[in-house]
Amino acid sequence: MTKPRTTGLKPWFSLGGIAVFAVLLLAIAPLVLTDHWLNNLGKYCCWAIAAVGIGLAWGRGGMLAMGQGVFFALGAYAMAMHLTLETAGDRVPGFMVLYDPLAPLPVFWEPFRSAGFTLLAIVLLPVVVAGALGYALFKRRVKGAYFAILTQALAVALATLISSTIRETGGDTGLSDFKYFFGFVLNDPANRLMVYLIAAALLIVCLLAVWQLYRSRFGELLVATRDAEERVRFLGYDPANVKLVAFVVSALMASIGGAMFVPIVGIITPAEIGAAASILMIAGVALGGRASLFGPALGAMAVGWGQSSLGSTWPDGWTYLLGLLFVVVILFLPNGLSSLPAKLMRRARRSPAERPAPAIAPAQLEEVRS
Amino acid sequence: MTDALVVTDLHVEFSGFVAVGGVSFDAHPGEVRFLIGPNGAGKTTCIDAITGLTRGTGSARLGDQELLGRPVHKIVRLGVGRTFQTASVFDELTVLQNLDIAAGRHRRSASLLRARRGVGASIEHALAETGLTGELATPAGILSHGQKQWLEIAMLLVQDARVLLLDEPVAGMSQDERTATGELLQRIAAKRIVLVVEHDMDFMRRFATRVTVLHQGQVLSQGTVAEVQADPKVQEVYLGTAGAATTAAMAVVLERED
Ligand SMILES: Nc1ncnc2c1ncn2[C@@H]1O[C@H](COP(=O)(O)OP(=O)(O)OP(=O)(O)O)[C@@H](O)[C@H]1O
Ligand SMILES: [Mg+2]
Repeated sequence: MTKPRTTGLKPWFSLGGIAVFAVLLLAIAPLVLTDHWLNNLGKYCCWAIAAVGIGLAWGRGGMLAMGQGVFFALGAYAMAMHLTLETAGDRVPGFMVLYDPLAPLPVFWEPFRSAGFTLLAIVLLPVVVAGALGYALFKRRVKGAYFAILTQALAVALATLISSTIRETGGDTGLSDFKYFFGFVLNDPANRLMVYLIAAALLIVCLLAVWQLYRSRFGELLVATRDAEERVRFLGYDPANVKLVAFVVSALMASIGGAMFVPIVGIITPAEIGAAASILMIAGVALGGRASLFGPALGAMAVGWGQSSLGSTWPDGWTYLLGLLFVVVILFLPNGLSSLPAKLMRRARRSPAERPAPAIAPAQLEEVRS
Repeated sequence: MTDALVVTDLHVEFSGFVAVGGVSFDAHPGEVRFLIGPNGAGKTTCIDAITGLTRGTGSARLGDQELLGRPVHKIVRLGVGRTFQTASVFDELTVLQNLDIAAGRHRRSASLLRARRGVGASIEHALAETGLTGELATPAGILSHGQKQWLEIAMLLVQDARVLLLDEPVAGMSQDERTATGELLQRIAAKRIVLVVEHDMDFMRRFATRVTVLHQGQVLSQGTVAEVQADPKVQEVYLGTAGAATTAAMAVVLERED
């Protein structure tokens, strides 16, 4: 596979793109979409937030993070526990007392009564977990397929753990039926709009964050680390630290996406964070273009839309369609759909007559060069 | 003035196989130091051990600092820079971005989060020194082979390395490029320690001040170009072991000398 291209649009041009995207999401969408579709769009925004992080870790950093569901889960379950407790008030949540009316609240739930603690947990849990995990893996120079498989295995393990702890986490049924969101009644349309706007705004903030990271020296160093880790080491940097920063930021974004997913969708289950969900996040990023600024977010939103519309009306077809799309993109557009406009433009600029017939395919040429 | 690089009784083993068995040499600023030897003599392995890429025993001191046993990036921070046998630059990034990253170890981490503004003085100097000023915005991946090698040397310059360990820096270069590189190395060597691993005997004869010949992980001979070439042991190794292309090349060179 060819390396993703990183030199693209001028940074200020991209900033304009983020502004347009912000207007579309924050001003236009609430005006033109029904409540139902606005809620769906909010859900796609949550996946897109996680996808922006994957773009950073995988597209720019070369770390195929196949277990972002883990960090999505940290944010989602922290939020869901708080909302569950808020809904239950002074009582122990219903699902816990289903089998044993006198069951006490598990100790680790107790601090999630506090809104402040919950918000802090949504931010700090992924930072600590990804920090420790990344430190252990990157210092030992675990990379490539091993890193991918390891992170994927963690997502499977966490999903299994949640499934098997019905009394503590709700198991496969998950946590749901939230009535309040930090004091706001959740089925009030005005409050639902607010929740949507928060999610959309957070997506814009994440895009701005990676925009700055990509144009910074850190962004260049990250690409350098992705392409020639040893060389970076011989320039006096510890590549493990460079990767660690990118991985932690991507985990934080996944957690934020997970946290907002809960009030918008109203339910979180292990299925939303396990292996399949983690791979679906990756699929969106790959389709959109992992190394580009907008590709991961737009790809994730497209896959999210396909999943919730086609996926429910035509589940078999959708799976095949996604698979087919994936193969086509990998074969013909290794840098994702976002590389299509630039590719077409380049083709249009060169008239067919003056285009030299390449003796070998460009992809092969890349191989030879590197 | 920079202190000397002193390697004493360096040993490197690969699961029982002794690649370097007790090599000692030193290198000082002001000289272009050469390390030569047939294929598999252990030249690259010596550099790998000094830079922390492979584990070696014995001693490699830069001034009063012991290098062996430290992690790679710490050795670099002591001022030891190297290039690789195959040019390795960041193909995706431009020449400027490559150099900017190389200059980075002197910056504070917080500055990493900002975008670059302008071209620093040390980078401009390195560009002029290596003749790459015109290629500032060129992606490193499309540079010519020789230019890539120069970019690597430029990266060592902005990195402000006190020791430059260059593994076959003129391999694949044209005659003119070789001459330019040799002159560049002589300029650089005025204030820094330059150690060159090379197969090209003609290049060595033109630019080496002192030479160490390795053979099967041992120092075979050491001295000026003339002394080394007159050494019967060297002649025996280079004339006796036929096969490798370089061996033949050396043989031709030596015969021509006689
Ligand atoms: N990682 C390794 N594992 C096992 N053996 C190795 C390793 N690296 C090098 N060797 C062996 O050590 C010996 C010295 O290798 P080295 O690369 O240092 O030779 P060299 O002098 O640089 O040769 P060349 O001129 O071909 O580059 C060779 O026999 C080689 O096969
Ligand atoms: Mg070698």
